[in-house]
Amino acid sequence: MKNLLHMLLAEPFRLVLALLVIMSFVGLNAAYLVWVERKGAGRFQRRPGPTEVGYAGLIQPIVDAIKLLSKQLIVPDGVDATLFRAAPLVVMVPSLIGLAVIPYSDKLVGRDINVGLLLIFALGSINVMAIMLGGWSSRNKYAIISAARVVSQNVAYEIPTLLVVITMIMVTGSMDLNEIVRQQAGGFWRWNLFRWDVNPLAPVTFLILYVCMLAETNRSPFDMAEAESELVAGAYTEYSGMGFGVFFMAEYANILLGCSVATVLFLGGWQSPVGIWSGLFWFLAKMYFLIFSVIWIRWTFPRTQFYGLLNLSWKILIPVSLFTLILSSAMLKIF
Amino acid sequence: MKNAFKEIVVGFNSLVTGMRITLGQFFKPAVTVQYPYETLPIPPRFRGHIELVRDPETGKPKCFACKLCERACPSDCILVDGAKLDGAKKKSVTVYKLDFTKCSLCGSCVEACRDGAIRFSRDYNLAGLSKEEFIMDLFAKLQAEAQAAGVTPEAPAPAEPVKTGPAAPAPTQTPPPAAAAPKSEPPQREPVKADAP
Repeated sequence: MKNLLHMLLAEPFRLVLALLVIMSFVGLNAAYLVWVERKGAGRFQRRPGPTEVGYAGLIQPIVDAIKLLSKQLIVPDGVDATLFRAAPLVVMVPSLIGLAVIPYSDKLVGRDINVGLLLIFALGSINVMAIMLGGWSSRNKYAIISAARVVSQNVAYEIPTLLVVITMIMVTGSMDLNEIVRQQAGGFWRWNLFRWDVNPLAPVTFLILYVCMLAETNRSPFDMAEAESELVAGAYTEYSGMGFGVFFMAEYANILLGCSVATVLFLGGWQSPVGIWSGLFWFLAKMYFLIFSVIWIRWTFPRTQFYGLLNLSWKILIPVSLFTLILSSAMLKIF
Repeated sequence: MKNAFKEIVVGFNSLVTGMRITLGQFFKPAVTVQYPYETLPIPPRFRGHIELVRDPETGKPKCFACKLCERACPSDCILVDGAKLDGAKKKSVTVYKLDFTKCSLCGSCVEACRDGAIRFSRDYNLAGLSKEEFIMDLFAKLQAEAQAAGVTPEAPAPAEPVKTGPAAPAPTQTPPPAAAAPKSEPPQREPVKADAP
């Protein structure tokens, strides 16, 4: 009886609450990551960034959000209206579900399931499909070019990502994200980033995952999908108001998810690097460090060309990640 | 094979170098000048539009309407007129207008002036709502400045302007500068041309 009650009431309530918290977390993060991005861009270029609206421009994202919300959602003539409206809805789904299984701390998990990693990567590609739908249904040449680019880019980078993830599943022997984090307890030398004994190329593996995360979230220098200087706004060209806003939010939500996954898989999640006071703080610190480095990379490197992007994936990342996969499986078998 | 590895290592190194440089810039202070709140010092040889030079002793313009500047101007944007005051040896300027819409800031007028009576101003906030605002009455401006500085010159009598040539403009178009000068309203806003809207 108690078990049934738990299943019918407590668990859905917990899940809904988790989703609400995640949605507000994602929304606020998207808004304030834009602020961080603009400030960061300013600092990297030795400008102060936004300063006018509120102290140090802190109210800027809220004002931007109000502006986006008050704008009309235009559905242009000749677009596939259903798909056009559906795309912004679909694009948020995978990152929200993914963030629901990320262990922010020992207890702070939306849904602590034992195949969390599988769930994240199973749903990960929906995001690509949503951008493609948006681009395809827009009936706009730039949007279609962008949609084609998104698909080929994400197909190319899905493979090394999954090879790296398979390596990590073999090393940790688990798809349970919280279990993976628990294995890395005791200090930074126990993190998967430094597991030389089973994966001598662990830092390289981490770099591959990180680069793939950049490419899959369409971040610079792999931002072919919305290459402003070539394709207007890429797949989002025809979107106005919050339709565009949701795509924008999804981009930041995906960065959040990608950095969270990298943190959990390689940087020990909520484990403290010195072995004491583990918890939420360490998770956020590591995740935001990764997000900062995403911004850092964006304002350092120019956009690659498309063949460069595909060359990187097919000629370097896939062979190297295959090699690390074979190497770590051999290490696991021998030792 | 060996080349491919070398390419990867060299490429990776160059990426790391780039990131190190941008991070270095990140921690340096911003160089932005928040313009309306702060301004940079204007370089001493800044070439703004021209202005009349005030004689520091009398507060009157140094210009005595020799019209060399008017003649030197390739764009024909300077209009000078002068009158001989009672008891004065030289003429003194009564009208000095600069049509800044035509001026190309070449500085020929300043070069042509033998007595240092005109110079480049340091005024760069030159925004206006109409074209007429840029037909500047430099004489009125100088008189307003003189008044602000406390050296009020006795206004030159609007005596009969001495004609120096056939090119001299009809003085009816311009109001007597003595009347225009004490007003606080910037006098350069008044239209000079009859066909102006």
